[in-house]
Amino acid sequence: MSTGEKEMIIAIRVQNQFGVLSRVAGMVSRRGFNIDTLTVSATESAGISRMTLSLKGDEYTRKQLIKQLTKLHEVLEITEIDNTAVTRDLLLIKIKTTSENRQDAMDAVNVFRGSVVDFARDSLIIQLAGDESKINAFIELLKPFGILEMCRTGLISLERGAQCLKDKNMNYINRMDQKG
Amino acid sequence: MKIPGAQIIIETLIEQGCDTVFGYPGGSVLNIYDELYKNSDRIRHVLTAHEQGASHAADGYARATGKVGVVIATSGPGATNLVTGLATAYLDSVPMVAITGNVSVDLLGRDSFQEVDIMGVTLPVTKHNYIVKKTEDLADTIREAFKIAKSGRPGPVLIDIPKNVQIDSAEYEKGEQVAPYPKLIAADDELSLAIQMLEKAERPFIYMGGGIYRTDAGQQIIALSEKIDAPVASSMMGLSAIPYDYPRFLGMQGMHGDYAASKAMDEADLILAAGVRFSDRATGNKAKFSPHAKIIHIDTDTAELSKNINAHLGIVGDIKDALERITAAIEPREHKQWIEQCAALRQEALVSYKNYGNISPYDIIHEVNARYPQDTVVATDVGQHQMWVAQTYHFTKPHTFLTSGGLGTMGYGMGAAIGGAVGTGKKAVLFTGDGSFGMNLNELATAVSQNLPLTIIIMNNGVLGMVRQWQTLFYHKHYSNTTLNRATDFVKLAEAFGAKGYRAETIDQFRQIMDTVEKDNGVNLIDCLIDEDEMVLPMVPPGGTVEQIIVSRKELEQ
Repeated sequence: MSTGEKEMIIAIRVQNQFGVLSRVAGMVSRRGFNIDTLTVSATESAGISRMTLSLKGDEYTRKQLIKQLTKLHEVLEITEIDNTAVTRDLLLIKIKTTSENRQDAMDAVNVFRGSVVDFARDSLIIQLAGDESKINAFIELLKPFGILEMCRTGLISLERGAQCLKDKNMNYINRMDQKG
Repeated sequence: MKIPGAQIIIETLIEQGCDTVFGYPGGSVLNIYDELYKNSDRIRHVLTAHEQGASHAADGYARATGKVGVVIATSGPGATNLVTGLATAYLDSVPMVAITGNVSVDLLGRDSFQEVDIMGVTLPVTKHNYIVKKTEDLADTIREAFKIAKSGRPGPVLIDIPKNVQIDSAEYEKGEQVAPYPKLIAADDELSLAIQMLEKAERPFIYMGGGIYRTDAGQQIIALSEKIDAPVASSMMGLSAIPYDYPRFLGMQGMHGDYAASKAMDEADLILAAGVRFSDRATGNKAKFSPHAKIIHIDTDTAELSKNINAHLGIVGDIKDALERITAAIEPREHKQWIEQCAALRQEALVSYKNYGNISPYDIIHEVNARYPQDTVVATDVGQHQMWVAQTYHFTKPHTFLTSGGLGTMGYGMGAAIGGAVGTGKKAVLFTGDGSFGMNLNELATAVSQNLPLTIIIMNNGVLGMVRQWQTLFYHKHYSNTTLNRATDFVKLAEAFGAKGYRAETIDQFRQIMDTVEKDNGVNLIDCLIDEDEMVLPMVPPGGTVEQIIVSRKELEQ
């Protein structure tokens, strides 16, 4: 990361119309921003999806991205998620095991409160949910076993308390440059 | 009552106030064309020579009339030929609706004949786009497309309509012409801050762009400028928004802008920028842009604020309304010294333009300018001739200057001039170069078949002049592929297309030709042989600052 860059998470509620994913992803890449993770999922409302993007950027990136995304016709609400929010990432990881080291692996799974979802003679698939740092630490811990393959869902996030993204007053975006 | 999709398309277009469409038929739009045939008394179709020409014509029509320009093309190559026109309109915020046919829904995704995912292709160059997969959704989609095209910062919207959707029937009920989304209104506290800043300024400067002519806010710019006694300059896209002879108007600023406008902008201590986007062609080196100035930026598009130049105060809202409210609340100011300083810059800038050939582009432009009424639509292509027109033509009425600013599309002019002439029903002028004209000269056929009153002036220097100018200045005179060595006879070419052609080698010849052309209501082409070493000056070198401005050829030759 260059100076001034920080991790950021953006949550967006969009109308679930044909092509909306490529529209959002296209806007982000076209304007020169790199997405680290992107999740799309159903929400409590029919016809509305929620996207969570994580990426790195400075203050300029943050403002531009939010403003450019707001201009997309399907985007209903958008907000930057700060570090007080609940964020989760889900990991599925397949490691090599032997009868000798399998118990060590199981101990690690227990300490991290993960679960074993596939048990084979010479491998395990482990599932772990948590924030990004917890998952990164867990992966580091498993490296010595030999990671066969893995995948992650990318971040999902909800702000704490009763406030919801759908109730967000989008006027804040128009006030971003009041004092540049 | 249930009617076929193609009929719904035409009915909805008419319902939305569209009486003219530009386009080109083909396999996937046959049903739409069948409806155009049946409804030719209600909606005019202008057939062009190529879909690109149709897209530029719809754009020119929209710029000249302020209405939404509509273009129709078939699937595959018909649709991809629209892309340059859509991108041109997108970068210059022109309201357009493009309708493309596509193969039937059951053939989509199978690389069928003339199938292209035009929605995917045009994603980055449209304000929004659709593929309609059910006939029931057609009318509302078209209505929404018009709404999006003309709301806020306008732009092109594409609707892709598979053939079966045009054939199938659905209920249609005539609707109202859609209104744009409600305008954003600037917040009071932000305007108060702007007023405080303007009142403190000693050298205030108003910088206006395309957003001003688009919203017809020229009078509001003048009112504010008079009340706070501030000079005004325009980006290229803002030209025509206020009359050229408004006393505090310094002209166009930027790379080829007026010396006084660029210099005064550099010396200002406060810039009120309205409806501009600080393009790199307008700012030069952004890090050194107007170093003494605080910037108030007003625009209807939030994302433009602090995108290119950091604003000290960014105000989102309808520009016209914001200007009116600032003007109403601000105390009148006087900046005698500053205005005199700007006037002095203007004197300094009066360089004598030495002619290199027998006929100067400036004289040609002045001659046309003097003969045609102030509301004449003037289109250009892209290159040196475009800059000469922007610098020289005395634009007085909004919506009279059709030029591709953001995308810089060579080949834009012919289509745009056709759209302008169709939209206004009056004589239009196209200034072009031999390079640009070569790109879409096929549209001469359209101008003739539509019997349009069109005067085409080719500034023919036998080279790609603007690129050659850069090669002269920055590439050691390596004239790589800019000397055309063509043997095209534009006079005969005009005649072959059924137009009238003339050639002018001196300004006197040009005047004599204009005596005839001025009175003629057909398509007239005048091939003007200008010198290949004519340059566009002044010039701020790319990425440079006003300090480095090149004002005269003398400086270069030293």
